[in-house]
Amino acid sequence: MTILLLLGVSFIAAAILGFVGDRKFAPEINIVCSLATFVISMALAIQVYYDGSFMAGRKFFFIDAFNVYLVVLTSFVSTTTAVFSRRYMRREREHGRVGHWGMRFYHAMFQLFIFAMFLCLLTNNIGVLWIAMELATLSTVLLVSLYKTPTAIEAAWKYFILCGVGIAQALFGTVLLYFAAEKVLGEGGDALLWTNLSQVSGQLEPTVLQLAFVFLMVGYGTKVGLVPLHNWLPDAHSEGPTPISAVLSGLLLNIALYALVRCKVLVDGSLGTNLAGNIMMGFGILSILVSAFSLLRQKDIKRMFAYSSIEHMGIATFAFGLGGPIATFGALLHMLVHSLTKSSIFFTVGHAAQMHDTQEMSRIRGLIRGNPLVGWGLVLGVMAIVGMPPFGVFTSEFLILTATMKDAPLLTPFLLLGLGVAFAALFRRVQPMVAGHRPPYQHLLKVAHVPVVLHMVLVLVIGLYMPNFLSQWFHMAVELLK
Amino acid sequence: MSEILSYLLEGLQILLLLSAAPVFTGWVRTVRCWAQGRTTAGIFQPYRDLMKLFHKDIVLAENASWIFRFTPYLVFGAAVLAGAIIPILSVDLPLSTTADVIALVALFAMSRFFTALAGMDIGTAFGGMGSSREMTIASLAEPAMLMAVFTVSLASKSTSLSQMVQVIGHGQLILRPSLAFALLAFVLITLAETGRVPVDNPVTHLELTMIHEGMVLEYSGRHLALIEWAGMMKLFLFAVLGIASFFPWGIAEAGNLIALPLALLLLIAKLALAGAGLVLIETGLAKMRLFRVPEFLGSAFLFATLGMLSYFMLE
Amino acid sequence: MPISFAAQLNSVLAALILLTAFGLLAQRRIYGLLHLFAWQGLFLSISTAVVGYAAGQHHLYISSILTLALKVIVLPYILHVLIIRLKIQKEVETLVNIPATMLMGIALVIFSYHLTSPIRELSTLVTRSTIAVALATVMLGLLMMITRKHAVTQIIGFLAMENGLFFAATSATYGMPLVVELGVALDILIAAFIFGIFFFHIRTTFDSLDVEQMARLKEED
Repeated sequence: MTILLLLGVSFIAAAILGFVGDRKFAPEINIVCSLATFVISMALAIQVYYDGSFMAGRKFFFIDAFNVYLVVLTSFVSTTTAVFSRRYMRREREHGRVGHWGMRFYHAMFQLFIFAMFLCLLTNNIGVLWIAMELATLSTVLLVSLYKTPTAIEAAWKYFILCGVGIAQALFGTVLLYFAAEKVLGEGGDALLWTNLSQVSGQLEPTVLQLAFVFLMVGYGTKVGLVPLHNWLPDAHSEGPTPISAVLSGLLLNIALYALVRCKVLVDGSLGTNLAGNIMMGFGILSILVSAFSLLRQKDIKRMFAYSSIEHMGIATFAFGLGGPIATFGALLHMLVHSLTKSSIFFTVGHAAQMHDTQEMSRIRGLIRGNPLVGWGLVLGVMAIVGMPPFGVFTSEFLILTATMKDAPLLTPFLLLGLGVAFAALFRRVQPMVAGHRPPYQHLLKVAHVPVVLHMVLVLVIGLYMPNFLSQWFHMAVELLK
Repeated sequence: MSEILSYLLEGLQILLLLSAAPVFTGWVRTVRCWAQGRTTAGIFQPYRDLMKLFHKDIVLAENASWIFRFTPYLVFGAAVLAGAIIPILSVDLPLSTTADVIALVALFAMSRFFTALAGMDIGTAFGGMGSSREMTIASLAEPAMLMAVFTVSLASKSTSLSQMVQVIGHGQLILRPSLAFALLAFVLITLAETGRVPVDNPVTHLELTMIHEGMVLEYSGRHLALIEWAGMMKLFLFAVLGIASFFPWGIAEAGNLIALPLALLLLIAKLALAGAGLVLIETGLAKMRLFRVPEFLGSAFLFATLGMLSYFMLE
Repeated sequence: MPISFAAQLNSVLAALILLTAFGLLAQRRIYGLLHLFAWQGLFLSISTAVVGYAAGQHHLYISSILTLALKVIVLPYILHVLIIRLKIQKEVETLVNIPATMLMGIALVIFSYHLTSPIRELSTLVTRSTIAVALATVMLGLLMMITRKHAVTQIIGFLAMENGLFFAATSATYGMPLVVELGVALDILIAAFIFGIFFFHIRTTFDSLDVEQMARLKEED
């Protein structure tokens, strides 16, 4: 029931905003609906916390500790993004970058995207998981090209084509998975239910699952943005509206990783070896190194943080691949804190870009003097994202590093190298942007305070003191993913 | 006894080849005339042409070497020999056991090689041009040809033509995509190898487009007659090779003399259809530019490869 | 119709699907591509129905009709309308090196054959031999999207890849559950509308549907 409510609210919100998305009160509707999903998801989380995982809707939905925390995260970040986008999009509209239709479209697609992500997380059917993932891609494609500039269209086309290709590979992997499942579970829709599959994963044919995982890895890996399948990601993040960059980076990548991890559990159960994990570790390490060195060469601020997202997704993928309780715990925590930190960074970056009418880092100067919230928000966000204590990212990266030193000591230097290069690259860029005097072309504008402050406080709290319910949640999820 | 019989059959088949090849060419020309609404010269006109050429004197260039004089006989001999390998009426051929389909392709390649040499021998511009074009086409057509032939031999598990005919002709009638692809490839290669329309035009001597005619431009009299006759035989042989590989039903088995008349009748019917089909292709297509020919033969190679792949994948 | 004949018919249809996939790879004209794509959909639809008959899986008839409606009628129609609206009927793409592409295609077919061999060995279905063709069709669609530089062509490659996936589902498992198939069909339909909008955007912004011109977003050094 709560599940249907959750999906229903975002879907109906999408439908309503499709008609009134250009009105004055549309951003408020957007915020209220997102807030409603957040409340519902909290209710769902409490239910899971007390009663454990359960299924609903004739086994169509399945909630456990792993996905419910992502549901809460998704609804929370979508709410804060909705708050942020109220001021941000108003200014974009005043500047004539978006028209009536654009606003309608933006609001409707935003909610549809949230709906698709909820469906992805909640469904028990891996076929539906694929469909929802594709829907999430399709709903954001036209948002990336919202400004209709040549570069925006190019980015959106790239996004559409590359993710289309990638996701097609994932469908082939799903077909193979169904092929293996059918032998054990018999024909029909039940053979695609994740709960059924995970019960019989030991009986699934290993050779087929091996092959299936390669396709699933390539497919969902494209959406996670893992190197060398990452080409679409920096473009899509830098050319779309900033709220979309925030949700793409903070949420969609997580969801894709979630799908990949779900599949990995099945493959591990069948193979009994760490093949899937090794593949993921390989992709993860490659992503960390390539993106860290790419960070050094960036000139566009949103593009730079897009590369930082690739790096962090690489870390999480690597940690999931490593397996073991500590690494998995670290990965789950990393997904959470990265999502919070990165969306907060994108909020400040969006405002900074609006203040200077450009995304070029060489023209963004004197942010702290121009607007202390934006300036300090960016500084603290970057400090958090590069893994400085006392922020939450430090905790998760520390856990992952510890696990790496224990289980795969040879890979530790590579991991550290990637983190170090990223640290240097980001600080070198951010320092001149925030310090110094205001340039004459800088505008002063009203900014959304709540999202940035809220996110940063949460990240700080998680870093200083992990709430009991959160760690218990993660422990439950770790148990599930073993 | 049966051995003598099979030698007799062999001889009969060669006679049939020699006599029927011009008729087949005549038939193709006749149908083409019908298709274009012209009056025909009859299907026996090629005989009269050959007779005329045989009666004429030979004009040799001063610098013609032995290759130039030797080539017509070699080409003619290769064609006759090829005809002795392919089961036209009966599979009971003594030579068929000694030479398989790869030898057949090699025979065609040899006669083409000497024709090209002869084309360059005199040193005229057209001869050299024709030779170079011919070799370009050959280098692309032969792999495709071998690929198509291999597909059929895979399906029948033998490279001996008699064996292939027996297996395919007497096996169960099943739908085989591999053979369909191979047939398609074979038709395209036949058009290229026998110099038919989309690749070459056998009826013109237009300077810039000639391929085969360019090479034999310097020949006259008896030599030209032999080359022309060999050319007709080549067309005939490709037709019967196609029939033997893809539609072998009706070709008589070893020792079965009673089936021979029926085999002959069926052969005539199949050839008549093949000729009509050839005309259909030739009137339907326009001659392509020379540098599109590699694409044309590339697609033949593709079809042949697909045939082979679908044999492995689908059968 | 005996089962063995149905299996043979299915093989022939698989061969035809593969042939159209190669045809798409080499076709230069926009309309030619559209026709080939429609043919591929038709073969796919017939093949699905044949498999449904041979295996006694009646839900495959629904999939077959769905394919017929979507891939043979609706999508080609949408593309047709778009082509007319965008006035690109006569556009001929310049293709470099068709033979090399074809050779790559053949290599991909062999690769698919090897990749799917474990499945072929494990499967007991009458359609098991066509799995390799299905994967090959996916791969050829992929190759088409990489080598071609026209927006419409890339989309047709994408849809051909989708055909291959559908064929894979039919031949490996007698089709996915109906919920999934309907969902996939819906996604494709949405995708069709999105690329329709895209064509106009690209057209108005770049004056042509040649995606080669989209090269502004690059890594700066």
